[in-house]
Amino acid sequence: MKTKINTNLNRRNFLKTSLLASGGMLIGVNFLAACTSETKMPVDIANLNFNDFNAFIKISDEGYVTIYSPNPEIGQGVKTSMPMIIAEELDVEWDKVNVVQGKLDTKYYTRQVAGGSQSIRQGWDALRTTGASAKQMLINAAALKWGVDATNCTASKGVITNTNGDKLTYGDVVKEAAVLEVPEDVKLKDPKEYSIIGNDAVNVDIDKIITGKPLFGLDYKAEGMVYVSVLRPPSFGKKLKSFDASKAKQVNGVIDVVQFGEKLKAIESQASGFTRITDKIAVIATSTWAAMKGKKALIVEWENESKLESTEFHNKELDAILNSTKFNTRREDGNIKNAFAKADKVIERTYESPFLPHNTMEPMNFYADVKPDKIHLVGPTQTPAWAQGMIAAAYKMKPEQIHIEMTRMGGGFGRRLYNDFLLEAAEVSSIIQKPVKVVFSREDDMAAGTYRPAIKYRIKAGLKDGNVTAYHLKEAAMNGNMYGLIPNFFPAGCIPNYKVDTGNYKSNITTGAWRAPYTNFLAFAEQSFFSELAEELGKDHPTLILELLQNVKNTTDKRIEYSGQRMEDTIKLVTEKSNWGKTGDGVYQGFAAYYSHNTHVAEVADIVLKDGYPIIKKVTVAVDCGIVVNPTGAINQVQGGVIDGIGHAMYSDFSFNEGKPDYENFNKYRLIRMQETPKVEVHFVENDKSPTGLGEPGLPPAGGAIANAIHKALGKRLYKQPFVNDLKKSAVLG
Amino acid sequence: MPNYTLNINGKQRSVSADADTPLLWVLRDELDLVGTKFGCGIAQCGACTVHIDGVATRSCQTQVSILSDAKITTIEGLSEDGSHPVQEAWKEIDVPQCGYCQSGQIMTASAFLAENKNPSEEEIREAMHGNICRCASYNRIEKAVKVAAKKMA
Repeated sequence: MKTKINTNLNRRNFLKTSLLASGGMLIGVNFLAACTSETKMPVDIANLNFNDFNAFIKISDEGYVTIYSPNPEIGQGVKTSMPMIIAEELDVEWDKVNVVQGKLDTKYYTRQVAGGSQSIRQGWDALRTTGASAKQMLINAAALKWGVDATNCTASKGVITNTNGDKLTYGDVVKEAAVLEVPEDVKLKDPKEYSIIGNDAVNVDIDKIITGKPLFGLDYKAEGMVYVSVLRPPSFGKKLKSFDASKAKQVNGVIDVVQFGEKLKAIESQASGFTRITDKIAVIATSTWAAMKGKKALIVEWENESKLESTEFHNKELDAILNSTKFNTRREDGNIKNAFAKADKVIERTYESPFLPHNTMEPMNFYADVKPDKIHLVGPTQTPAWAQGMIAAAYKMKPEQIHIEMTRMGGGFGRRLYNDFLLEAAEVSSIIQKPVKVVFSREDDMAAGTYRPAIKYRIKAGLKDGNVTAYHLKEAAMNGNMYGLIPNFFPAGCIPNYKVDTGNYKSNITTGAWRAPYTNFLAFAEQSFFSELAEELGKDHPTLILELLQNVKNTTDKRIEYSGQRMEDTIKLVTEKSNWGKTGDGVYQGFAAYYSHNTHVAEVADIVLKDGYPIIKKVTVAVDCGIVVNPTGAINQVQGGVIDGIGHAMYSDFSFNEGKPDYENFNKYRLIRMQETPKVEVHFVENDKSPTGLGEPGLPPAGGAIANAIHKALGKRLYKQPFVNDLKKSAVLG
Repeated sequence: MPNYTLNINGKQRSVSADADTPLLWVLRDELDLVGTKFGCGIAQCGACTVHIDGVATRSCQTQVSILSDAKITTIEGLSEDGSHPVQEAWKEIDVPQCGYCQSGQIMTASAFLAENKNPSEEEIREAMHGNICRCASYNRIEKAVKVAAKKMA
């Protein structure tokens, strides 16, 4: 059976085709919006521009398919999975598909970002329709050639067949197909027919990665390029007073030392909240090492500009917010005041988390070549369009004069959404009139971060007659607060009297999105709290959640973001696969379930005690992300997300003293390592629903699952991340 | 700046660098061997791992001046074409996410397996403990080392 597509993409203007001068057919596709009628297609590959298209697909005269994908690849796997979706509907063999990172020009191009686990979800219909439309055009071309009706022709694996048994390959008809009308109302495959989607496809860059080929921003070089190490204020709240560069200039390889920051200040309104707007010092050298050495030789005086905040101060401010009545109410159902008054028992708990740096393995870096009439930028950024806008404003140029190329990124986790590194590179290049590469040291990267904000949650529940009747969550955060959608996640709709309040303190420490923003910590707080409620009610934790979910199943509340049924299916799968409650002696299990980024996830952590220490042995995960496009990539994302979640919940701490980060490198800052990692077993809920993203959703429940397992093992509740501090204090960990 | 002749991937390479320059930056900036990655600069993350006389070594903490008699192998020289059993295992298991740390992981694993032909799971976890993978592809790294050990047996 074939399903007819039913989306707003069902019109010809989201893709266009042309016949290439060099042979073959080129298809331009725009995932999220229609192209205008003036949109022109190039006739040669050298002139691909991504102004009006999200991707280009070339079908050569030999039937080979090349997909030029401009999507930022930060390790989430979309460079592999998005082309798979096109190839499936186009019906070609996957090993005949070549994926090329488009050398993109972001002129007018404002739609593509790596973030929020949205690439697959938002691209799903358009990618399939693109493949299917191209296939239909090839079939139509063959039908014309044969003089038969197209309905008597089928295509599979790059070969078109008619009812007379004649065969033509895609390559045979590609020239004719290129000049045909783009068909409307193409039919998409039934998921049962899939032969690429749902099968493992290895990372398309694997050969380059394992042989060390240049791929990343840090690997990029250009003729005449010099290296730059930037000295930024050592503390948030300090600014440059004066400096002496004479010793730095004596370092072998150092070319020059310059002060900069004016351009950044000029565009402060566009960059505020994300970037340190301040004067900085650039050491320019013939090598990275010389630049870093030169920076160490600078003699600098700083002066105070604003308050020098310490962690103790942050804690006091966050507590003051929680104890106040100054909140923004994000959602309110029923009447919590009455419900608390009538409750048999009221439970209240407070959960705390520190600021966190992103610590991508590839430190921030960017290449810039600023010329009077054009600017060339190359490197890792998750938001090229935003960068282009800021650069255009700062240098008073038109967007089309700014050319940005994206490299594969050595991790993103949200840090590369903010383009401070790119702005720095551009300004230094404009001053010294040379192409430059700004390279952060690890210390620069960790101490000049855009941190996950420190947050405290206070959650209060009312219990009556064995049920949770009231729920009040208060959030106190540094700078930002949770997104508007989050108050409509579980348990919204499950508990009749429900309220979410948020408040914040405006800190001068830069904060921003960090993998699974807000929920990365909220899920731990919430699912630890529900574990306590279940204990109080004498219920099993997953049983309590399943009971609550019944209340949301037939909701008519359009604001509710998650599905009660899908969450239930996910929980049932994880309890089955983890042998929940049926493990032998000495294995302690903790549960957590969380919906975020459109994906439902439930996790069970198994902990054993070794010499009294909790060892996380295994995490069983159930995921409902709809159709799994690339299982090998999907499992990798979930395993990584879970271990990342455990690592930061368990080990990663961060604090400030007088505005200065106490942590600067991996000797002190602790990231999870091999011997601390459990085996992560991933199961997917099987269904035919449209796929959703996986870069983030595996992470949030992990902290809750292990905290609840540690409670089972040791009888100790954890309220503060990272757990290692409390476990050390109580001599559970050495 | 003094000149040094280094034996890298079986070839004699001449570079001019200060004596205290880490091998990492000589490889990356002077010799265009960028497969060896910069992660922390203090030998804590393993992204810069190379083999020096067959031993997995952090190139960010190895000064160029002490390497005149050493045989240096980088990820580019581990095999001609990605056919080293560890590289093949990495591909078979589809280990990388972002991929940035993986050349360091591969160099640590290949030096380890050259010494220990039949490692236990615990030995593998201990051997790989020094290399950080921020994407946390640890389950697959562990599996790939096991697969590589079988290939090399």
